[in-house]
This record gives sequence, structure tokens and C-alpha cells, in this order.
Amino acid sequence: MTDAAAETVTPAREPTWRERNQSSIRQARLYVRTFARNGSAMLGLGIVTLFLLTAALGPWIVPFPEDAAGSVHLDIKLQPPDAVHWFGTDEVGNDVFTRVIVGTRVSLQIGLIITGIAMLIGVPLGMIAGFVGGWTGEAIMRFTDVFLAVPGLILAIAIVGALGPGILNAMLALSLVWWPGYVRLVQAKTLSLKNSIYVDAARSMGAGKMRIVFVHILPNCASPIVVKASMDMGMAILGAASLGFLGLGAQPPYPEWGAMISVGRNYLPDWWWYSFFPGLFIFLTVLGFNLMGDGLRDILDPRHRE
Amino acid sequence: MSAPEPILSMRDYRLVFDTFDGIYQALDGVGFDLNPGESLGIVGETGCGKSITAKSILGLLPSPPARVLSGEILYRGQDLLKASERDFRRLRGTEIAMIFQDPMTYLNPVFTVGEQLVDAILAHQRAKPGGERMNKAAAKRHAIQMLAKVHLPNPERQFTSYPHELSGGMRQRVLIAMSLSGAPRLLIADEPTTALDVTIQAQILDLIAELIDDLNLSVLMISHDLGVVAKVCDRVIVMYAGHVVEDAPVDQLFNDPRHPYTRGLLASIPHPGRPPTSLSGIPGTLPNLYDPPRGCRFAARCPLAVPACTTAVPEKRHLSGNHLVACIRADEDLPAEAADA
Amino acid sequence: MLLFLLRRSLFMVGMLFALLIITFVISHVAPGDPAALAAGPDASAEMIETIRKEHGLDKPLPQQFLIYVGGVLQGDFGNSIHTGREVVDDLVRFFPATFELVLASILFAILLGVPLGVLSAVKQNTWIDHVTRVFSVSGVGVPMFWLGLMLQLFFALQLGWFPLGGQLDMMTDPPAPITHLYTVDSILRGQFDVTLEALRHLVLPALSLCFPALASIIRVNRAEMLETLNQDYITNARAQGISPLRIVGLYALKNAMLPTLAMIGLRFGWMLGGTVLVETVFDWPGVGLYAVQTAVSSDFEPIMAVTVLLGFCFMVANFVIDIVYGWLDPRVRGTT
Repeated sequence: MTDAAAETVTPAREPTWRERNQSSIRQARLYVRTFARNGSAMLGLGIVTLFLLTAALGPWIVPFPEDAAGSVHLDIKLQPPDAVHWFGTDEVGNDVFTRVIVGTRVSLQIGLIITGIAMLIGVPLGMIAGFVGGWTGEAIMRFTDVFLAVPGLILAIAIVGALGPGILNAMLALSLVWWPGYVRLVQAKTLSLKNSIYVDAARSMGAGKMRIVFVHILPNCASPIVVKASMDMGMAILGAASLGFLGLGAQPPYPEWGAMISVGRNYLPDWWWYSFFPGLFIFLTVLGFNLMGDGLRDILDPRHRE
Repeated sequence: MSAPEPILSMRDYRLVFDTFDGIYQALDGVGFDLNPGESLGIVGETGCGKSITAKSILGLLPSPPARVLSGEILYRGQDLLKASERDFRRLRGTEIAMIFQDPMTYLNPVFTVGEQLVDAILAHQRAKPGGERMNKAAAKRHAIQMLAKVHLPNPERQFTSYPHELSGGMRQRVLIAMSLSGAPRLLIADEPTTALDVTIQAQILDLIAELIDDLNLSVLMISHDLGVVAKVCDRVIVMYAGHVVEDAPVDQLFNDPRHPYTRGLLASIPHPGRPPTSLSGIPGTLPNLYDPPRGCRFAARCPLAVPACTTAVPEKRHLSGNHLVACIRADEDLPAEAADA
Repeated sequence: MLLFLLRRSLFMVGMLFALLIITFVISHVAPGDPAALAAGPDASAEMIETIRKEHGLDKPLPQQFLIYVGGVLQGDFGNSIHTGREVVDDLVRFFPATFELVLASILFAILLGVPLGVLSAVKQNTWIDHVTRVFSVSGVGVPMFWLGLMLQLFFALQLGWFPLGGQLDMMTDPPAPITHLYTVDSILRGQFDVTLEALRHLVLPALSLCFPALASIIRVNRAEMLETLNQDYITNARAQGISPLRIVGLYALKNAMLPTLAMIGLRFGWMLGGTVLVETVFDWPGVGLYAVQTAVSSDFEPIMAVTVLLGFCFMVANFVIDIVYGWLDPRVRGTT
């Protein structure tokens, strides 16, 4: 607003701020517009925001907080959805809505831990493989290939099988099968950056290896990592829920969505709400993170722009 | 001599693109005639609308975003702006053929040269009214003949090559062979040599000139390179920012350019005789075509500009016989320092 | 080409060996003592020791590994600690069902996904495109097991169109084995009523299993088609008067299939992994269900065998895809 006013008061002799920064303004506007115009990306952002809010406030806003950890009210078991119990009640009379909402926080933790550990393992390995290269790099990449050659869920089941079922072991197992993706991503990016002109320039000016890695390479790997991490949040939650469903992850009555469905399926078809709502929440969460990741990719990685 | 019926005639053609940034007014009242057997060049700098003009003739512009506001494009009496996709398919390759700028990207990478040529030849045959149905073997014979005709070495072997196995010059020969395999009357060549090495450019240009004579083609040659046009064309039109500013026989244009833009364009060609200090461009940049100036689009950069230039688009007028120019001060000489520069 | 196949085969052998190392490490660094688990809570130290000896668990690790690899090479994946059955017998028994399910799913995903992607690209920004896009974007996020349950709820229990689970009805005898695939065998044996029944049992599990893959295939194929249709060689093909159908279905699709193929390879891994979920939901007697049942009771040998088996399937699938890729794209043919 002020710029426009300034423009009309002083005749355009000197270039205004708006004119001088025309290209960066246009760029920023393009970013915002690309994201905002992308209806599905905005939907994703909305879902993720709602998800985070629910995770943060969950325990305080639910109608029956004591049901989260599993209490027993057999007198009201398996009630269909109504005004009091929006999503109905389960086989011991716990409010499904409460448990699903509290499950949001559980899922957020699961997603963050799995993606976090995967990044902690994958990013440095990828960076070493790309930057050091040679025999070391080759060894890392072959090792990564082997992990990528096994369907992730199967390998996770094998690991849980060895460690024993449980939510912690399930998260550990999923983290252990999740990192190879980051190695591939970071290695490819590092390799291309390593040979780029500006890294050559930095090297010729005497920049040390550490400086090159942390100042020139890591920040440039950030945007693809952010995009992948955003998508992986959803997929990691889905993976943990899958293990929970199989009885290998979180154990009932822990309020984890997959574990809830695992019990709820025994009460199909008459008490459908018990497994329907947790599944719906898994679906929406994965969808939200995927859509947001897609939108971010459109902005940060112009090559993939449709 | 009585004027022959033009094979192609564009009249007051106005075309815009609807984009997110607004309406891009690409072509504004473009018009010209192309007589049978004539070679017409269209010159102008990048963004002046020459390629868009060429693609319009074959109906190759995607719409939206392209939108025609007015005009007609008559090919042998048929208005191409009213033609359906079906009509176009009957014309493409068999009546009007086109060769493009970058031979590297205009051949499909996953099919062999032969597969693509035969496919095009069969499509041409199907499009010809009453044309005899050709079988694959005949199409293959024809394809190899065409490859020989464009002087591709070892045509039988190249027939089974993939595009990535050929050099740029060879690919352009293949594309020329493909375009001419349907024996078209009109050839549109859109910067056919720009993407090639200089030595190859000359060879391809010679080939095109040879084929024009050989096949009795009418040609529309689009180029930003006046040298290319001088070599192949009988007549030249000069475009600037979506306007035709000058239209003249090639000798006349080079010897006596009248539009200030044409004069600037010719002055910017480096000549071996002149000292390198005289190598100059035209100061200024192309006007913003989202919001084009009201009058002459060159006025802002023109050394002869007067206030009248900015109020109305100058009419095209005959200077002599067939020399047309769209400038109100075309009769005057440039000011001394501008002519010098 | 022969050299390429040879190199890829050698590579695969190396990968398989590495996979054996991984499964071996997983099963031997585990904190639990399988022998103690198998012997039960009341077992004496002697009994545990006996079981340990029986399974060779008392030998040093490298030696155990060599025994393990040697066994695998002879088709011996050890015994289930719980049932005492030979794991390889179980695999032979359960694998055909999984193979049939995965095969049906991948065919479903390709035969439906590619045309829908093309259609969506050609009809860009029409209602067909919008519906397809909503489907393809949301499909990736659907949990297979939940989808399976909901399909059961609606199509099996509510409408009764399809059976709830299993590979055939209880009372039906499977066709005499030739390929061990019920649908194929029943056709070969001329028992078409059994074929129909097997297909009806196959529909819901295959649909659940292929859903995420189908969604991503549509998505990638649509995006690639849009990109390809903008290429210069398409403009040239149009300028040559080649018919739009041929341009879309041949000139553009063959190029767009290359990235789509890579996606199919990737999603095939999801499908193999998804068998454990879908087989559990639909009580499908395959290796996935077998793996879950043994994993819950920490029965190592079967899970490791299934991991190796499905890893091997994934490698073979990627091998096949590489070959198809080379066949479609002349540019890679020359280099690899």
C-alpha cells in the first residue's frame, strides 16, 4: 500500500522499491500463487494444520479423557454414534471419538520419530556417499540397494518378529527400513552439487571440506529432504498403523489407530464404527501430508512442476 | 503481367494468448500474400511473432491459450481459421509441410527413423483424396528414396537408426525428407538452420534451395538471420512485435530499406569491410505485449519518432510497385548520428 | 543384450547374498532366545539346550551363517520352531496363492491405471480428469487393510456380491494342480465354474492390494502424458498429419510409459509388502498370512524365509522391468 502511495506522489524518476526488486517479487508471488492456486496443496495444508492442532490440544478437548488409556464401562459398550458418543463406543464402552482424537498425538509422535531417525541415519550416509565417493561411497550405496530391494513392510515385520511385538519395536523397525530413501536422495543431490560450478569456485577459494558440506551442499539438499520428509510423515504413520493392525505394533488398549482397527474388525459388520473411524483418520492424515508434500515439491523443485 | 492468385494469403490476422499474467497480444493485423512458386522470408527478432504466424497456418497452436480475434488465412481459397482438425489433417504433409527449428527434439526418441518416416508417408497417403493405398513395403521404398533425395549418406542403414544415433544435421535432413515425402505444394521452414553448426547450416540451406527448385515448392522461410533469407528468398517481410513493418523484394529490402527498424536490423549485421566499432544493435527493448503501445510498436526505439507515431498504428502503404512499409516517415532519411551508428 | 542380462543376473545373486546376511543378522542379534521361547516357559535348562543343539544355535555365528546359506542354496530354510515343519514345505504350499493375488493386482493396476492416466491427460481439466485426479491423489493414502475391511463390509456383507474371504468356498475342491494358480488350473482342467468362483474370491483382495499402486500409476502416467504431449516431436507428428489416436496411443504413450514403468516397479514392492495386510484381512492362504502368524510368535525361520522369498520376487520384478525398459527405450539399450 505504502509503495503504491509513494509511486503516485513522486513521479517515477528513480526506480521505486517495487521496480528495483521486481524479479524477486515476481518470484515470491509465483511461489505463493503456485501453492495457493494449487487447490489440493491448500487442502493438504489445511488437513495437516488441523492434525497438528488436534495432536497438540487432543487430551484437553476430548469429551472422555479417561477413555484414552482404556477404562471400562460395560454398560455402554458398542453404542452406535449419537450426540454424546460421536463415533460410538467400543467393546468395553470407551468413547471411540476420544480414542481417535488422542490417537492423533500418538500418530504424530510415531511419524516424527520414524522420519527423524530415518533422516539421522540416511542424510549423513548419503552425504558421505556422495561427497567422499570412491570405495566408501560405493559400499554405502550397495548396502542401501539391498535394503531397497526388500519390500519395506516385510523387512519391518521380520525385525519386529525378532525384537518382539510392541509400539517401540515397531517404530524402531520402521526407522530401520526407512532410511535408504534418504541416502539415495541426498547422495544424488550431493553428487550433482559437488561438481557444480559454485562448489568448484568455493573450493578454489580455499574453502575447507566441512565448510563446503555445511555451507554449500547441505542447505541445497534441504528442499528435497523437506518434501520427502513431509510425504514420509504420512507413510510412516500408515506403516506403524499397518503393524498395529497386524498385532505387531502398538498393543490394545493403547490408543493407536491401527491397533484399534485390529480389535474393531472382530466387531464387523454390526459395530462398523469401531473400525471405520480410526481408518478414516489414517486416510485423512496420509492424504494431508501427501498433498502438502506435493504442493511443496511444486514450489521447491520446479522440474517437477506440472 | 497479371497478378497470379496467391497460394497463401493472410489478412488482418490478430491473435492473443490468454495467460495468467493477462492477455498477451502476440499478433496484431498481420497480413501478406505468398504467390505460387515464390519464396517468402519472414524476419524479425525473437518474440516478434514469426513462429506463431507459421504455426497458425498449420493449426498447430494450442487453443486455449491461443485465441484468434480477427482475420483470415486463405490457402488456395480455403480459410484455414475455419478449418476443423479433420480438415487440417488432410492438408498437413500433403499440401502444406513444415520443418522446424531444432532437429534434436522434433524426432521421437523411441522410434527408428524408418518407423517415423513410413508412418508419416502412410498418413500422407491416407489423406490424399483418391490417392492409391500404399503398402508398407512401398512406403519403405519411398522413405529410402526420400532419404537419398536429401543426401543422407547410406539411407538404407540410417532407415533403421534411432534419432539419438544421428547428428543434428542428419536429423534435419530426415525431418526435411519426412516433410517433403507427401509432395506438398507449400513448405513452411521455421528457422531450419538456427540450431545447427555453421558449416552444417550452409549445407542444409543449399539442400533447401535445391529442393525448392527441384520440387517447385512455394516456401515460407522464417528466420532471424537476414543472410539465410537473402540466400533462399525472393521476397521478405519484416516483423516487429506482432506487426508487419515492411514487405519488399529481397534486393530492394537490402539496398533500400525504408522502415527505421529494418534499417537498424541491417546496420546491426557485421560486415567484413566495416570497422568493428560500427557493430551495433538497436537501443531499447521489445515493448510489453501485455499492454502494447497504442501507435507504432517501434516508436519507443525509433530515431525518427514523432508524436504522431504514438497515436495510431501506421497504415501499410506502397512506396514503389511491391514495396510496402508501415511507417509515416518512411520517405525520410535517418538522422545522421543514427544512420552512422 | 546378453551381456546386460548376465551382468544383471550376477548383480542379483550378489544382492540375494547380501539379503541373506541381513536376515541372518536380524534373527541372531535379537535379544530373545528362540530356543527358550520354543521350549516354553516351564522348560528346564536341559530341554532348552537340546533344542538349541537341534537347531544348531550353539555354534559360533559365522559357522551358523555358513550352515544357513548352505541350507538356503539346497532349498532348506530350516524348520519352524513352533510347528517343527520344514519352512520350505510351507512356502511351497502358500506361495502360489500369494503369487496369484499379486499377479492379479499388478495386472489390474496396469490395465486400469495406464488407460485412465492417458484419458485423464487427454481430457485435461474436464470432469473426467477431475474425478480421476481426486481418485489418484486420495488413493495413495488409503490404508489397504482398512479398505479391505470396508470392501468386505459393503460388497460382501451388505450386497453379498463377493465372498468374504478365502481362495475358494469351503466345500469346493481346488483344481488338480498344474501351475498351482487356481484360476489358471481350473481353466486348463476345464472346470469353468471353479474359475468363476476363484475369480469372485480374487476380486476384493486384489482390489485392496492394487489400490495405492493403481492411484500412483494413474498419477504418474497422467503427468508424463501431459509432459510428452507438449514435446516437439508431437508437434512434428501433428504437422505430418498423423491421426490423433495414433499420436496419443503410440507416439506419446511409448515415451510416457518409461517413467510409468519405473513407478510400476516401485509400487510392486508396496504390493508385495501389502500381501501381509490383505491376506490377513481376507484370510487368504498365502505367505503373507503365514509371515504374520509366525512373526506374532517370534518364530524366526519362517519370517526370514518369507523375507528372502519376497525380496527375491521384488528383484526378479525389477529385473523384468529393466528388460522391458530397454526394449522400450533405445537410448538405454546402447549404454547398459
